[in-house]
Amino acid sequence: MNLLRKFYYGDIPEDKSGAAVTGSASGHDWPLWEVFIRSKNGLEHKHAGSLHAADARMALENARDVYTRRMEGVSIWVVESKHITASNPEEAGELYEPAKDKVYRHPTFYELPDEVNHM
Amino acid sequence: MVMDPEMLFRDKIENEIKIEPKDWMPEAYRKTNIRQISQHAHSEIVGMLPEGNWITRAPSLKRKAILIAKVQDEGGHGLYLYSAAETLGMSREEMINDLHSGKAKYSSIFNYPTLTWADIGAIGWLVDGAAIMNQVMLTRTSYGPYARAMVRICKEESFHQRQGFEALLVLSRGTEAQKAMCQDAINRWWWPALMMFGPRDTESTNSDQSMKWKIKRKSNDELRQNFVDMIAEQIKTLGMTLPDPHLKWNEERKHYDFGEINWDEFWQVVKGNGPCNKQRLDARRKAWEEGEWVREAAEAYARKRVDKLKG
Repeated sequence: MNLLRKFYYGDIPEDKSGAAVTGSASGHDWPLWEVFIRSKNGLEHKHAGSLHAADARMALENARDVYTRRMEGVSIWVVESKHITASNPEEAGELYEPAKDKVYRHPTFYELPDEVNHM
Repeated sequence: MVMDPEMLFRDKIENEIKIEPKDWMPEAYRKTNIRQISQHAHSEIVGMLPEGNWITRAPSLKRKAILIAKVQDEGGHGLYLYSAAETLGMSREEMINDLHSGKAKYSSIFNYPTLTWADIGAIGWLVDGAAIMNQVMLTRTSYGPYARAMVRICKEESFHQRQGFEALLVLSRGTEAQKAMCQDAINRWWWPALMMFGPRDTESTNSDQSMKWKIKRKSNDELRQNFVDMIAEQIKTLGMTLPDPHLKWNEERKHYDFGEINWDEFWQVVKGNGPCNKQRLDARRKAWEEGEWVREAAEAYARKRVDKLKG
């Protein structure tokens, strides 16, 4: 069983060999872009989805048409997906588990007398 | 301790933890999702055609604006779904090619023609209504990107169903001719809408495994029954009837009984012999082929700009 799957970027597998694939990918798709939307000022940009576009300008325009038709955003970021480096689920143990036994990083770890309010 | 990836996968499914693109998954799970999500995407795109037929002939500017917005939504839904399928490793181009070669299917409902304006109302109410039953269930599907696409789609889809019902409501309160047109559209769309839920549970080959993997969470017959129960009540408001002499409330089951679907027609349309199968695929291929120069020009322009930046 293959434990290690390699990916170039984001959520798109490097080998395009999904099990259902039979035809050959001749690579004519426009580049893939990830879209991030700020829903209103004061909030951060959040990943909304992805789309194909020939260049950044087209990616922005398409993102506007696809992801903000109902006033979902006031600002858009697009970044070509290949520029995203993503962690691998296989590394989840070493990356995130060390935080599990550090409960003293949370305020609830400390028991204080009742008279100390709002700390 | 290193867990066997297959056990880890089953554990996630069991505990309602979503499967994300880079997680290990059985190849059959990947394949089933690619097939289902891409077919769903194709359905959204082909679904633009029967409605697009009425954009230039909508009875008022208001109805035209609504219909354009709806058809634009369907295009967006197709995009969300293609993107979700791409995370499983199939390229957009391959999916489009499979649609055009006839290898990939799309929902058979779009192989029926839209003969009158009332059909647009009936599609919104019945066809989108049936799709919503399925899509609400799929917001809880086990593959993360598919579930997220569905949440977005469901938010937009409810406008589709409501505008359809409202369009029919206006007709149902109109002249005798308008009432007749409304009833005729309901008569023609009712059975195809019921067919949208797919074969009976006993005949459905993909259902069992999909339920175990929580890709599907309700069976075809269960969803179809929910749909019949909902529509059988709503039609009373329209003062119209459904074309099924066997439709009757069953007090014991607390559900509506209904007649048998014409399964021969169902399989004929699936196999490509519906009224509009050829027309739909021809329209998709034509759009793709005639758009080729646009795709190439945009690429050439992008390359030129990159070269210019490099100086």
